[in-house]
Amino acid sequence: MKTQSASFEQFSGTSEYISDDSLSAAVNASSVLQRPLLVKGEPGTGKTLLAHAVSDALGMELLTWHIKSTTKAIEGLYVYDVVQRLNDARFSEGDVSDIRKYIRFGPLGQALRSDKRVVLLIDEVDKADLEFPNDLLRELDEMKFHIPELNETVTAVHRPIVIITSNAEKELPDAFLRRCVFHYIDFPDRDRLRKIVSVHHPDLSEQLVASAMEKFYQVRNRPGIRKKPSTSEFLDWLTVLASAGVDSKVLSSAMPFAGVLLKQEQDLASPGSSRSEGW
Amino acid sequence: MFDALLINLRVQGLKVGVSEWLRFLDGMKKGLATDLEQLYALGRCVLVHSEADYDSYDLAFAATFEGVTLSPKIKEAFELWLQDPKLFDEARESGIHDFSSLEELMEAMNKTLAEQKERHDGGNRWVGTGGTSPWGHSGRANMGVRVGGSGGGRTAVRVAEERRWKNYRQDISLDVRDFKVALRALRHLIREGALSLDIDDTIDKTCKNAGEIELIFRKERANRVRLVLLMDSGGSMNPHTALVSRLFSAATESKFFKSFDHYYFHNCVYQWLYKDFENYDRVLSSEVLRDLTHEHRLIFIGDASMANWELMSPGFAFSKDQRRGIDWLQAFAKKCPGSIWLNPDPQRFWNHPTVRAIGDTFEMFPLTIEGLRDGIQFLKAPR
Repeated sequence: MKTQSASFEQFSGTSEYISDDSLSAAVNASSVLQRPLLVKGEPGTGKTLLAHAVSDALGMELLTWHIKSTTKAIEGLYVYDVVQRLNDARFSEGDVSDIRKYIRFGPLGQALRSDKRVVLLIDEVDKADLEFPNDLLRELDEMKFHIPELNETVTAVHRPIVIITSNAEKELPDAFLRRCVFHYIDFPDRDRLRKIVSVHHPDLSEQLVASAMEKFYQVRNRPGIRKKPSTSEFLDWLTVLASAGVDSKVLSSAMPFAGVLLKQEQDLASPGSSRSEGW
Repeated sequence: MFDALLINLRVQGLKVGVSEWLRFLDGMKKGLATDLEQLYALGRCVLVHSEADYDSYDLAFAATFEGVTLSPKIKEAFELWLQDPKLFDEARESGIHDFSSLEELMEAMNKTLAEQKERHDGGNRWVGTGGTSPWGHSGRANMGVRVGGSGGGRTAVRVAEERRWKNYRQDISLDVRDFKVALRALRHLIREGALSLDIDDTIDKTCKNAGEIELIFRKERANRVRLVLLMDSGGSMNPHTALVSRLFSAATESKFFKSFDHYYFHNCVYQWLYKDFENYDRVLSSEVLRDLTHEHRLIFIGDASMANWELMSPGFAFSKDQRRGIDWLQAFAKKCPGSIWLNPDPQRFWNHPTVRAIGDTFEMFPLTIEGLRDGIQFLKAPR
């Protein structure tokens, strides 16, 4: 019962990205309430792709900030290249009195300075130091930051849509969580997986997809599996199966190219995964 | 009915703060929830911050909206609800005790919504933090406005009732990664890692050098904690083997400790500690004890239940050493105040003489994620 057309730009997936109702609701809530959207889920469930899809669907530019273990919060805002300035001053190159020249804006800084509304992806926030999210609280809350070197405050004209992904490697601080709209991307059920497959491999035979999916869910549900294969691995596997011309009947008894699905030695070694014993 | 949701959420132990609740109401006001399914989705993404709490949310949602007939126009119902003062009388009749704070909340809510701004950031929580909600379970879902007409709202409740997120509950699932996450909190950072450029000092030095650049490097921060895991093995610990081995792998794979050691023992620590039982690879407990420093943190894992004499009699374990098991444990606790004992048995079994005795020696926590987390908190600042 979707009554009245809403007054805000609505996201409901794209032709290449299959969203579900609750995910779309979370994206829309984040956009309307102007809160960062925190997306969690198993690797390979399309967390990062979501940001690309949102940017495509809403026609906004996408800025990406990949987080590494050494990333510091300030780098997302700006970097003041003091060594360059020092060097220029030493060798009298350029105009060192203009500090602005030595300020480089990071993705978050660019997003806040942009004259259009953009989508900002903060990818794998959990890779950084435990304190990292706390250092961003104020900037994400107020969507503004101060540059002491210039004595300037940058305030967002258009609050960007911020999408933050996490693999749950580290726990995020409570204060940070409270400021976010949260969504957990669950592993897709059969219907949704089929839809995703049809987007990526529209010309595969129905039979092959069906038997591959059967096999895939068996592997995922096998007790004791260490690294459950995810959507992206399944799509890779289908590509390999299709290009090798594997017949769908083979799949009922054997599991070709198991290495595409299973990345842990122990999983490959466990009975029946790569040999034709069937389970 | 919307406040019933808030109350039910808190009954379920979800600590929904005022700022999140206001955001939820704000979302409704802005038309994000036009039917019950959307209301369900909106509430879940705004009020819940972890998939571990999805199940509690489902329970609260089902309890709130089960049997409630909703107009398709939730927004209108919601606005009506905001304006209806009679609601409070109903609330009072149905036995809400802390009525004044509810009233205050409503006032804050109205004010805030009128201003279209959030003023209650900063996580101040409404009445009582630790989930000690004064409201009971019963009778609450009946309360609320019934707006005429039948909506198609049952589906969301049915989704909620399916409880498909049950397996994500934190009190149930325990993975190596969960342990790792908990262990990661155990750190004491000091500067002794790799070198990095110290800009402030570089500038300072360069200025003093009259512009001749001099680069100053400083060590990065590194974890100083040395972790020692001491595990009870065999006998009554057999049912817990899988759990203990998960914690063990988490600790082994965690590369951020300055050092990591592990030892096994049977029942209690005596003269010897074992690196490997099968190969009889053992070290003297007194040597392990001797090498402990203030940087060490000890985690004992064991059910701590044994026969009384195993803990309290001298000369047990066929050694010349006359020290009792409890003496050994006390020696460890004394040398290393940063020690905890994790017990895989449920807490209802802890009322056992030897468990109590060991619990007097070490801070004892259950071997669950919550328990480990509490334990780590203790280890960070041992008393």
